[in-house]
This record gives sequence, structure tokens and C-alpha cells, in this order.
Amino acid sequence: MAEPQYSADEMMTVAAARMLRDGAVCFVGIGLPSAAANLARLTHAPEAVLIYESGTIGAKPSVLPLSIGDGELAETADSVVSIAEIFAYWLQGCRVDVGFLGAAQIDRFANLNTTVVGDYRSPQVRLPGAGGAAEIACNAREVLIMLRQSKRAFVAKLDFVTSAGYLDGGDSREKLGMPGRGPRAVITDLGILTPDPPTKELTLTSLHPGVTTEQAIAATGWPLKVAANLARTAPPSAAELAVLRDLNQRTARAHGEGA
Amino acid sequence: MALILDLAAAIREFVRDGDTVAMEGFTHLIPSAAGHEILRQRRRDLTLVRMTPDLIYDQLIGMGCARKLVFSWGGNPGVGSLHRLRDAIERGWPRPLEIEEHSHAGMAVAYAAGAANLPFGVLRGYLGSDLPKYNPRIKFIECPFTGERLAAVPAIRPDVAVVHAQQADRKGNVLLWGIVGVQKEVVMASRRSIVTVEEIVDHIETRPNSVVLPGWVVSAVCEVAGGAFPSYALGYYPRDNSFYRRWDEIARERQGFTEWIERHVMATADFAEFRRRLVAADGRRPHQTANG
Repeated sequence: MAEPQYSADEMMTVAAARMLRDGAVCFVGIGLPSAAANLARLTHAPEAVLIYESGTIGAKPSVLPLSIGDGELAETADSVVSIAEIFAYWLQGCRVDVGFLGAAQIDRFANLNTTVVGDYRSPQVRLPGAGGAAEIACNAREVLIMLRQSKRAFVAKLDFVTSAGYLDGGDSREKLGMPGRGPRAVITDLGILTPDPPTKELTLTSLHPGVTTEQAIAATGWPLKVAANLARTAPPSAAELAVLRDLNQRTARAHGEGA
Repeated sequence: MALILDLAAAIREFVRDGDTVAMEGFTHLIPSAAGHEILRQRRRDLTLVRMTPDLIYDQLIGMGCARKLVFSWGGNPGVGSLHRLRDAIERGWPRPLEIEEHSHAGMAVAYAAGAANLPFGVLRGYLGSDLPKYNPRIKFIECPFTGERLAAVPAIRPDVAVVHAQQADRKGNVLLWGIVGVQKEVVMASRRSIVTVEEIVDHIETRPNSVVLPGWVVSAVCEVAGGAFPSYALGYYPRDNSFYRRWDEIARERQGFTEWIERHVMATADFAEFRRRLVAADGRRPHQTANG
């Protein structure tokens, strides 16, 4: 049987979705993480509880939301609570297993920048800012991160740390006394990076099909560590692709694109 | 007891030059019509407070109404940048904009502290983030009971809160549902408050746990059908995602933005006329959809 054809973004979304276990309570960022979390819910993790920072708990959207507070989220949620409550009782109250985040930039210890490129007070590029991410990064039991891998995004030094990963590596995160353990994996369009246990430095541990180690190294702004037993990500199954494409098509129709 | 006023009268009465104004609504129920009216009445030197500035503050900032912005996420949701906000921060146009930047969780506790008449809010937050380095109003304190290090932010106490809701009754009791954001907190934290509603009805259908703002905590209630457009009002109309995409193009360049505001906001009498003009313009554009 012929292998199904798929894009790098589809591979990234499928690989990220697989990391969410069934029944997990997941605080979802908008964009790539939302697509992956909903793919998980529609495939192997029907009991995953998706929480969006708009206060929607147990959202089951049939189309991907464009914003973090689309009506679809409120109408399909088990409960809708205030913003003060979602952050205080649900996130800070340690009810969240997985925080699922995107970012503009990341460094080797999985710290994230969504605030500014250049100097904070006279920025080259002003980005949206923290939103819920800074506290998701502190308080979720663990964090999954999705972003496309390139030298612009994977940088040796962040201009601004919006949300903490492992800070300076080693035990520097633990010393600050954050309730959450920190990032478990970074899923990109090229592969999967996981923190090396003692140093917490991101290490390439899996390459997606058709991608070379050299490509991953070339797309990283620091000397990328590569695991000795580098794995190969299983390609998206026909079933995973069908569900993802169906979701994306429904979403495009609902948001008035192309259809 | 809330006054039932038309929106122009409410803004004239309760929003003053130099005020700290918090117009809230988390993606849902954004008080867009009230934002337009503040533009029309040319308020100046405002300190604008809002978790997600959204289009409403992009417009006010781009027209030079704001001196300072207090916020926690400044993008066009699902689309990209707020170009007028970026232009003000990156290049000081049309005037320099002071910013005070927080996280969502930080602003939520700051509003709750304001509502509760406390000097500050406390949270497990900002740990490891650079935000406290650039915002001196975020501090860390030691818990007097456990010795834990916790973040503290000063209460937000706006001069005036502006929110949108689905319904009010003729006594000005307000009912809202769906994503309720920080609307209750911001109204309770503010000295004055204006609530625009989709409709004023004889009787609001409440249940014991409904989110109700009694008329006696609200300064003014104004009926503005469709007043949250292009945001949405659950039970009334959906979010106009296509307009959010279009805003990216409208706000991208200074001149195009200013002309659009002059034509669609300053030269219209009210939000209803703005909507009619927009729909008429859309009629000639094959790709646009107008909801609500």
C-alpha cells in the first residue's frame, strides 16, 4: 500500500497530538497547540479535557477556534467560568496536567519569548506578549511546546524570556519553586526535542520521516545536541490524516475561507 | 440606580479626558460601539486598561486618544499583529505610548483585588519571566504564613469601566452569559461604569447563579444592538472572523487607517450608521461576509 502524502505541518500536528494521553487535562494555547489538542481528542484521547484561557472547561469544538474565546468553545464546554477563576482555581490550583504552548522564539533550555524582538523599550518587533503563557509555564504539571524550527525561532539567546522553561538549565527551575515540572517536549516540523535529564538542554531525540539530522542542526541557532539513539517519528497514519484534514476543512468553511 | 441613557450621553457624562478607562470583554462581548463613541467625542490622554487590547484599543491608540496602555496580550486574535499598537510602541506614532505589561493571570488578580478593595493581588506567577524586570509594579513578596515567594500586583482601580452584555431590564439590572471574562470584576473595581447591552427588556430571565450586575452598581446602561461587533454576543450573533482578518489590512498603514476611521467612525452618527455603511461597502466586495 502506498504511503499517504502529508505536509511538514501535518506531521508536526500529528506528532504533537500523540503526546497528549487520554484523560489528560490540557490548558490549550491558540493556533498550532489547539489543532494538535483537538486532533488528539478526536482520535486516541476522547476523554482529554481541553481548557482554554477564556474560561471554557471541557471544550469540544467541532471546528478550530480562530480566537481563544470563540462562541464554539463556550457552547461546547462542560462549564464556563470567569477569567479570574480559570487562572486561580483551575491553573494555579494544580488541576492542569499539560500546558500546550506555542511561541515566537525558544532557547536551548526551552524558555519562550512571545514579547519582543530587540530591546524591550525600543523594539524591532513588538510581539503580543504573555497572555496566559507565563503562568501556564509555571503551574501546569508539564508543558508541551510546538513551533516550526528555524534559526530565527531557535535562538542562542532570547531577547526576552516571557515564559520560563528550564531557565539556565540544571536545577535552576527547581530552585525557583515552580509547581510544574516544566517542558516535556518541543515538537517541530522537523522532529522532537526533549530536555536532557541532568542538564535540561533540549536534545533532538526523534526526526520526522524524510528529515536529516543536518537539516535539524541547520535550523537551530545553537549547536544542537543529538541523541545517540535518535528515533524516527512514525509517519501520520491514514486515519490521523483523515481526521486532521476533515477538521481543517470544517474550520476553513466555518471561518469563511475558500470553501 | 443605573441611568438608562443613549450611548453618546453616557460617554459624555462618564468618560473624561485623562481618565483611566478599562473596556473589558474577553473576545466575547467587546464594547466596540462604546469605543467608537469615545473616538467620536475625541477623548484625550486616556490610560487604557484591557487584558487583550483587540481592535477597540488599536483604534483608540491609532487615533492618539491614549497616553498609556496597561495590558497582557496585544495581538489580533488568530490573525497576527495589532498594527496601530505596534506602530505606537515601536515608532511612537501618532504619539508615544507608555506601556505597563502584565500576564493574564496577573491582570485577573489585579482586577479582583480592585473589586475586593484590597491594595494588591497575589499569585503564583511571573516566576522566571522577564516581565518583572521591565514592570516595576510586579513585585515578589514572602507569604507571612509559609514563607513562600509569591508575585504581587497592585489593584486596578479604573475611573470608569465599560463593558457590553446581552440584556438589561428597565431598572438597569444587567444579565450576561457565555464567556464572562473579567466583566464583573472590572465593574466592581471601577468608580463609574457604563454597560452597553444588546437589548433592554421588561424582565431578565435569571437563575440564582446567573451573572447579574445589579443596577445599583452600574452608572449607566445603554441599549446598542450589535454593539460588540466584530466580536460577538452569545445568543445574538457570531464573531465576524472575516472582519478581524480585514482589520489587518485596514490598520496596516497609517494613512489608510486614519481615512477608514474618519469615514466609518468620525463621519457616522452612531454605531448603527457605522454598521449600515460597512454593510453597504461590503455589498460591493464579493469576499466579505457580514454577520449579525
